[in-house]
Order: sequence, then structure tokens, then C-alpha cells
Amino acid sequence: MLRLDCLRSIYSELESCLVITIMGAVAAELQSLGHRPNFFYLQHAMGLASSTGLGLALCLPDQKVIVFDGDGSLLMNLGGLSTMARYRPKNLVHVVFDNESLLSVGGFPTATGTGTDLEGIARAAGVPGVSTVRSVESFTAAVNDAIHGNELTTIIAKVEAKGPSGFVTDLALLENRFQFRRHIQSLKRT
Amino acid sequence: MPVSLASSKVIYEGLKECDVRLVSALPETWLVHLIRMTDEDPEMILVRLAKEEEGVGVSAGAHFAGVKSAMLMQNHGFLASINGIVSFAHLYKIPLLMLISYRGSLGERDPWQTQGGNVTEPVLRALRIPYFFVDAMETAKKRIRQAQTLAESSMQPVALLLTRDLMWEE
Repeated sequence: MLRLDCLRSIYSELESCLVITIMGAVAAELQSLGHRPNFFYLQHAMGLASSTGLGLALCLPDQKVIVFDGDGSLLMNLGGLSTMARYRPKNLVHVVFDNESLLSVGGFPTATGTGTDLEGIARAAGVPGVSTVRSVESFTAAVNDAIHGNELTTIIAKVEAKGPSGFVTDLALLENRFQFRRHIQSLKRT
Repeated sequence: MPVSLASSKVIYEGLKECDVRLVSALPETWLVHLIRMTDEDPEMILVRLAKEEEGVGVSAGAHFAGVKSAMLMQNHGFLASINGIVSFAHLYKIPLLMLISYRGSLGERDPWQTQGGNVTEPVLRALRIPYFFVDAMETAKKRIRQAQTLAESSMQPVALLLTRDLMWEE
């Protein structure tokens, strides 16, 4: 299963969500499908995409928030999983692309490649909805259910360690950040 | 417990007067009253963290949502948050109001706090984070208001060091 195919399969569903991604391949591939003002790419601070999604979801309970995380990033902030589970916002969907490697720095294997089970960790942390998916069809179904569902969900998507040839795009970090906030403020006014 | 309830109350009122509606926190002795006040206030969102760096993400999310927030932590928690501060708050110009209990300074009896006390201000300076002391009840609210204003206008982290003189009654 390729991450890009996964993202493509739910791209149209993302229009109604606030989307936060981690750095590297996830950010570059989502942008390659077409940037939207409701997408924020956290191009560093590994581990904090999920915490950002939590803050956003707690402050805007009527707005669906979706975080595209990765195994390397989540392993850097496993405590954050317990914080998410503690408050379990119903409007937060947490997707973890697990390619068992730190792809953007050369593909070094992470601990998920040697047996660490992120689904088990998320469940044991107390996340109410947890699943692992291995095909694009099951990915699409799981994410759609979570977006239209009513509980905090963590979906572990097992994907190949393949990504784009480069990670830098022409969207400046600050442009993205100001556009994202302005978009959210415009939603609140309507 | 000789943590000052009166000072904690003034600090909490200062946060409320700035329209802070979300507080992230990790328990620390000097902050117990402040965390309890936050928890008991139905108008406030309290996010109890596993590690302080998460608070940078939580506050960024709140900022995107248009909600003012504050981080309550010990100086060791600030030291544990540095990558988040640099590669999120500084990189993306996110305002952060950080209330940091200044352990390991004058009068500290706990040996384990002392190394953190030595490096807190040098690290704040190295990171070019504006920082100010909150050391007296009379000026606490004003300092909090001014720090919050500066964080918003400069779109960066601003630190308030809560001192022993303010927080501890001996």
C-alpha cells in the first residue's frame, strides 16, 4: 500500500476537515494532490502534529480535525498519545502512516519494524477507536468512518517505505501558517 | 503546604483578565493551586500533559483556533520543551505565554532542582526569548498582561519566571 494512494482515496473528504500533517513525505505528497487553505504542514517539531490537533480539536469541538502522523513522529511523542486519550475529543481523527522507517533522512528502520505495535500502544493508552489497515480499500473505509463517526480514532496505516524524490515545495512555512489560521477564523464568522 | 494561595489567586486572575481560555500544565509543587483553579473553572480548558513539549503543540492549535492559551510548567519542563519552542513556535511565529516556576534559585533546598536553576536564564537568553520576573503580588497581574500582549504582537514565546518570593511562604 502506498501512502500517496491512501491520501488520494480520501482527498475529497478532507475538504470539510482541518488537516495537520507531519513533515517530509506526508506533507509533500498531500501538497502534490493540491494544497488547500485548510491544510497545515508541520515541517519540523517531530511529534507535535498530534498535540496540535488535540489543541485545535479541544478549542473547536464542532470542527472535524484530522492529523496525518507517522511512526517516527509518533514514537517521539508516545506520551502525547496518552494525553489525547485522556481528553479523547470526539472530533479528532489520528491517522498514522507506518512505513517502519525514518524515510526522509535515509530510511533508517524504526522500532515498528522490529515489533513495536502502535495499534497496541494506542489501545493501551486509552484511545477508544483503534485499527490497523493494510489496503487502500480498508484505509478509505476506516478514515471515512472516523470522519463521520463520533469518537477519537487512531488508524495505523501500514504503507511502503516509498516517497517523493524531494520534500521542499514552493509553499513558504509562514504563508501556510497564516493562511491556515485565517481560514479557521473565516469559518468561525460564517 | 506553603505554596502561596494568595499569589496563585492573583496569577490566575491575571490570566483570566487576559482572556486566556486554555491552560496546559504538568504538576509541580509551586503550581498546585493554579492547576486546581484551572481545573475547577468551567470556562477554562485544562490540558494535563505527559511532557511539557506537548504544550507547544496544544498552544499552537489553540492559536489557530483563535483561543488564547498559557503554559504552566517548571523550569525543567521549559528545558524539556526546547525543540518544540525552536522548531515550531519560533519557526512558525506562534505566540506562547509561558509561566515558569523558577526552581533551583535563591533559597532552594532541593538539590535536584539546582542545576536547572543555573541554566534557566542563560538558555532563555540563548533562545532570545524575552523573559521577565513575576516576584510580587502587586505587579503580577500587570506583568502577565504585558507578557501576553508582547507574545501576541511579536508572535513569539514570552516567558514569565515565577520566583520563590512570590510562590513560597516560609
